[in-house]
Amino acid sequence: MSELFSVALFWSTIRLSTPLILAALGGMFSERAGVINIALEGMMLAGAFTAAAVTHAVGNPFVGLAAGMAAGALIAAIHAVACISYKADQVVTGTAINILMIGMPAFLSGAFFLSSGSTPQLPKEDLIPWTPIVIAFALVPIAWYVLYKTPFGLRLRSVGENPEAADAAGVSVARMKYAGVLLSGALAGIGGAYLSIGQSSLFTRNMTSGRGFIALAALIFGKWRPVQTLLACLLFGFTEAVSIQMQGVVKLPSGEDIPVQFIQMVPYLLTIIVLAGFIGSSRPPQALGIPYQKER
Amino acid sequence: MIFLRQLLFPLIAVIAAFIVGGILILIIGDNPIEAYRLLLGSALSWPDGIGYTLFYATPLIFTGLAVLVAFRCGLLNIGAEGQLYVAAFATAWVGISFANMTAWILLPLCFLAAILAGGVWGAIPGILKARFGSHEVINTIMLNFVAVALCSYFTQYHYKNPGPIMETTAIGGGAHIARLGRFVPGLPERIPVNVAFLLALLCCLLVYLFLWRTKWGYELRATGTNPTAAAYGGISIRKQIIIAMTISGSLAGMVGINEVLGYRYRYYDGFSDNYGFTGIAVALLGRNHPVGVVVAALLFAVLQRGGIHVDGFSEYVTKDIVQVLQGTIILFVAAEAFFSGSFNRFGLLKRAKV
Repeated sequence: MSELFSVALFWSTIRLSTPLILAALGGMFSERAGVINIALEGMMLAGAFTAAAVTHAVGNPFVGLAAGMAAGALIAAIHAVACISYKADQVVTGTAINILMIGMPAFLSGAFFLSSGSTPQLPKEDLIPWTPIVIAFALVPIAWYVLYKTPFGLRLRSVGENPEAADAAGVSVARMKYAGVLLSGALAGIGGAYLSIGQSSLFTRNMTSGRGFIALAALIFGKWRPVQTLLACLLFGFTEAVSIQMQGVVKLPSGEDIPVQFIQMVPYLLTIIVLAGFIGSSRPPQALGIPYQKER
Repeated sequence: MIFLRQLLFPLIAVIAAFIVGGILILIIGDNPIEAYRLLLGSALSWPDGIGYTLFYATPLIFTGLAVLVAFRCGLLNIGAEGQLYVAAFATAWVGISFANMTAWILLPLCFLAAILAGGVWGAIPGILKARFGSHEVINTIMLNFVAVALCSYFTQYHYKNPGPIMETTAIGGGAHIARLGRFVPGLPERIPVNVAFLLALLCCLLVYLFLWRTKWGYELRATGTNPTAAAYGGISIRKQIIIAMTISGSLAGMVGINEVLGYRYRYYDGFSDNYGFTGIAVALLGRNHPVGVVVAALLFAVLQRGGIHVDGFSEYVTKDIVQVLQGTIILFVAAEAFFSGSFNRFGLLKRAKV
């Protein structure tokens, strides 16, 4: 067992947590403003594809990163327009975006690069393995400060808890919700970009493989608070790192491999348990998911 | 007129999505008309096109109905995907474990396995919501991943067919259900559309009768429309939530009948092509009505069948266009106000309202 808990495992945990932290912090801004965001997965895919494609075209990964961020925000804008301006159901819109984003990047890759849904391999010097990690961990205190110590954060939270009161106090509810959702897309976009131009060197079909949902799970497990969410992301990143390291190394007494499937389930089961209130209570923002209709 | 308006918005949403898709195809430098001709033409040819379209429509009718029943109770079941995986595995498990039994016993057992397993997996988020108030959307998402991991574990470690493919060993011959090719002249039996399609149509009728012609259905719908009033009228909201999610899960579970008993005759890991999520689109586009669900399921099946064809015969357009169209259709259906807004501007809706 002891060979498992090594420096390698530590860095593996950091690397695997990074996309989760970025997407989960993004989700926090959206949900704290009262807009459910199950489309983090789709926004990450948009970021991953765009970052890889733009880096390939321009040859500069930082331009690619910015483009990935912009792509995430663009997809978030669709979510925002549908949910905030047209009062569409937030869960349904999120599902639509996820389906759309399974198709769109693969469709564009197929057309532009005549591939079966992936972008061309990038050379090693065009990758940024460290920048997104630094951004992710630096964002945690910044997000905390913005959310709890600035007028913007106060307004954002008030819109998610009690939009009527916020409106009466002169806060533009729609504008705050837009800000929250766009921020979530931008951050999820960076998270996706990290997958394609940080961790690996190209975009592949559906490369997020559920990380957007794990990020959502971490957000709930972290009770919609930045520091707790960070810890949840580290925990989920750690479980993934362990499951990768354990493959073929650690055996059960019977000589069999420990099935990775059980480790993969951990984040999801923990989320169900915490949401049911078995480990403290995880209370969502009061007005989460309810479209705000201004009284006339 | 109400009926026409019910038809109008879904139709506009579909057309709008096709326009968006067409613009995308133009941008990548291909011919949208040619692509759509390939897409629709291949799906409507006899017998392969129509046969496969009906085969693809079968799971979508089941998942569409599943989402519909939950929705009528005011719940969003994003978990059909997990429910159908668990059910399909349970069906295969019964088919493998009791392989030697006669069809008269084995077949009902397999059906029961699909319905029960799906129902149980659906009931879990129902109970969690009724008992702890935790949101069914989050719990169903989480349970989807748990379901996939569980089925994959059992396939890999306990029932795996030797070889590189992640699938179980075959079910007993008694558990096979007939393909429609056996009864329909001109339809070859290699096309996997099977009796489950008829079962899906039967389920539409049953769901309709249950929801609109029975007391239980009334209570379920009352809970969905106005929970406070329903509770005041003596209906137990918690009970209705659990009932609705169980029925919903059972309906999703019947996808296992189509997949395991009528198509592959084994559990194949990762078989579902997002049937559960497409079911949400099917229910929404079908206006959460059983008849609408059948029509919407057929439309999405046409897309799915046609997508494979487009992939092979056009230079730039890949089958991914199908997901782009699906996602766009749901977006437009969900943001219906988008159209009614622009209609009001042109004074169209006022006339339609008469």
